[in-house]
Amino acid sequence: MTETVRRKTGRSRQKEETSTSLTRDQLLELYYYMKLTRQLEERLVNLYRQTKVVGGLFRSLGQEADAVGSAYALDRSKGDILSPLIRNLGSMLVQGATPGEIIRQYMAKGDSPTRGRELNIHYGDLVRGFIGQISHLGDMVPVMAGVTLSFKMRGQDRVGLVYVGDGATSTGAFHEGINFAAVQRCPLVVIVENNGYAYSTPLSKQTAAKQLVDKAIGYGIAGDKADGNDVLATYEVTKRAVDRARAGGGVTLIELMTYRRKGHAEHDNQSYVPEGEIDRWASSNDPLDRYVRVLAENHDVSAAELGAIDDRIAQEIDRATDEAEASPMPEPGDALVGIYADPPEEKPLWFREGVRAAVDVNERPSSWGTHDV
Amino acid sequence: MSEITYLEAIREGLSEEMERDENVFCLGEDIGAYGGAFKVTDGLMEKFGESRVIDTPISEAAIIGAAAGAAHMGMRPVCEMQFIDFISCGYDILTNYVATARYRAMLPCPMVVRGPSGGYVRGGPFHSQNPEAAFLHTPGLKIVYPATASDAKGLLKSAIRDEDCVLFFEHKYLYRRIKEEMPGGDHLTPIGKARTAREGKDVSIITYAATVWKSLEAAEQLEKEDGLSVEVIDLRSIAPMDDDAIVATVRKTNRVLIVHEDTRTGGVAGEITARINELAFEWLDAPVLRVTAADVPLPYSPPLEDYVLPQTNDIVKAVRRLAAY
Repeated sequence: MTETVRRKTGRSRQKEETSTSLTRDQLLELYYYMKLTRQLEERLVNLYRQTKVVGGLFRSLGQEADAVGSAYALDRSKGDILSPLIRNLGSMLVQGATPGEIIRQYMAKGDSPTRGRELNIHYGDLVRGFIGQISHLGDMVPVMAGVTLSFKMRGQDRVGLVYVGDGATSTGAFHEGINFAAVQRCPLVVIVENNGYAYSTPLSKQTAAKQLVDKAIGYGIAGDKADGNDVLATYEVTKRAVDRARAGGGVTLIELMTYRRKGHAEHDNQSYVPEGEIDRWASSNDPLDRYVRVLAENHDVSAAELGAIDDRIAQEIDRATDEAEASPMPEPGDALVGIYADPPEEKPLWFREGVRAAVDVNERPSSWGTHDV
Repeated sequence: MSEITYLEAIREGLSEEMERDENVFCLGEDIGAYGGAFKVTDGLMEKFGESRVIDTPISEAAIIGAAAGAAHMGMRPVCEMQFIDFISCGYDILTNYVATARYRAMLPCPMVVRGPSGGYVRGGPFHSQNPEAAFLHTPGLKIVYPATASDAKGLLKSAIRDEDCVLFFEHKYLYRRIKEEMPGGDHLTPIGKARTAREGKDVSIITYAATVWKSLEAAEQLEKEDGLSVEVIDLRSIAPMDDDAIVATVRKTNRVLIVHEDTRTGGVAGEITARINELAFEWLDAPVLRVTAADVPLPYSPPLEDYVLPQTNDIVKAVRRLAAY
C-alpha cells in the first residue's frame, strides 16, 4: 500500500503502486475511464457556461483515480452494485453509464434517465449495477446495507460498494448504516473519499479523528487506506475488500486520500482554500498525469496508444453532446406520472385541467418501477 | 373458527404473508428472540428463522434504509418501529429516500413500516404518538390505520403486497381490547377504501383508528338519548384517502364531524375538511366540525391525558351542535 498523502504539500514524486494483477488491456481501460471522466466534465463545463446545464455542475477533477480504480474492482459479471456520490462520475462510467445519459441529465431532458426529475448524476440502473444517490449525505449507507443484506439472504455471490465523503462520516445515517451492515456481516465495501473538504469545511472541523480509517475499529470491521490518486493502489485496496466481502468476511471501510481541486460546485470560488494548495496538487499530484507516467514507465504504453484512446473519447463526447442537445425537454404533464405503482399517475389539479397532460401522449415504459426490467 | 385479538390478527397476517412469499421478512428492535415489545412477532423467529426475523441495532434510519435497499432487490421487508413515536428517527430516509424512489429513480420500494401507535394508555409524550399527519404531506407514501381486527389483518396483508411503501399504524389501545373472528381464506382489505362502521342519516362522523370506537359509542348514546341517526365512516386508509366515501356521506347527511386522536393543527381533519369544501360544499347544511386532541404533547398522568384526548362525550356534544345547526 502507498503511504499517506500529505494534505498541505502534496508531493513532488509519489511512490506508485507497481505490482498489479491487471492485464495490459485492463490497464488501458482504466486510463480510458479516467480520461473519459475528465473530458466529459470539461464538456459539461462548456455547456454550463453556455447556460445549457440547468442546475449546478459538480466536478471530480483530481479524483478520477479513486472513482475509477475502486469501481473497477467490482465484478460486473456477478451483478455487483455500487452507489456513487457526487464525485463518482467515473465509477458510474465503469458500471456502464454513458456520456449521453450524463449530458441529458445535466440538461434536464425528457429522455434523460430520470426524465428530467432529478439533477446531475443522481440516477441509477439496477441492471447495470448502480443506484442513484440522494442529496442527504450518508443515507446511501443504510440503503446499500439493505441491498447487500438481500445478497446474503438469498445466498448470492454479489458485493455492494457505497461511497461517502469525509463530510458524510459525521452523519447519523452513516453510523447507523455501517453498524447495521457490520452486525449483519453484509458483503459491503464502504469507501470514504477523503478529499479534504466538505463544501468549505476542512477535515479538521469535521472530525477529531486522526484519520477516518480509524472509525473501522469502532465498528469491528476491517479498515484499509490508500492513496486515492494512485489508480492501481485504489484498485488493489478495493479488490482486497471486495474479495473479503464475497468470501463472507463482512464489511470493509476504506479511506482513500485524494483532493478536491474544484469547489463544491462550479459556483464555488474556493475562497476558503489556502493559497497555492490547489496548484500544488494540480502540478504534482494529478491522478491522470501520474497514471500516464506509470503506463509509460512500467507497462510500455506509448503516447500514440493513449492518443488513440483520447481521440475515441473526444468522438464519443461530441456525439453524446449532439444527441443530448437534440433531445426534447420533458412534457410538463409527465411530472404527474409514477409517484405510486397504483395509481400510476396523479390527476391534474382542477386549475390545470384542459392542459393536455403529457401522460396521455407519452408512452409509459412497461418496466416503470417494477422488477421485470 | 375462534375469535382473535387485533394484535393476534396482525401476527396472523404477518405469518401468512411470510409463508406465502419467501421474500417477506421482518426487521426491528427486539422482534426476534423476545418477540417484540408488545409480542406482535412472538413465535415468528421460531417459525421462520433468524434470517427472516432480524433483531436489529437501535437504528431506525438503518432499519428503514436497509429495508429500502432490500426492497429494491425484490424483497418485501416489514419494519417494526418499537413504538411508532420512533419513526421520527427515520423521517429523513423515509420521506427523502423511500417516498421519492419510484418517482425520481424508477426504483420499486415495496415495504411496510409498522408499529404500535396512539394513546389512551398512559404512555406519555413518547409512547403515544399519532404521526400520520407528518407523513400525509409526503407524496409517495401510503398510510393505513385500522380500527378492527379483521382490517388489521387484511390491511397488513395488502400493505405487504403493495408495490409501494405503506406505513401501517396499529393502535396499541386496541391490541388486546377487541376480538373478532377472521374472514376465511386469503383475507385482503383494499388500501384506499373506507368502511361504513355504522349507517345513519342525520349526521356523519368521519374518523379512523381508536376513535372509531369512541364515535360508535357516541352514536349509540345519541340514538338513545336524542333519537339521532349517526353515520360513522372508518377511513381505514389515510393515504390514499377515499374521497368517494367522504363525498357520499356528506351528500347523505349534510352534516359532518371529523374525529381524530392526533392533535388539531395541521392534522388529518384539516385535510378532510378542505376536500369536503372542494368536492361537496353545496351539500353542507352546517360547518364541518372537528373533535381532536388539544395541541399539546401528550401528557402522562391520567387526568391530564383524558383531558387532552378526544372522549365520547366530546363527540356527543359536537354531534348535538351539528344537529341543531
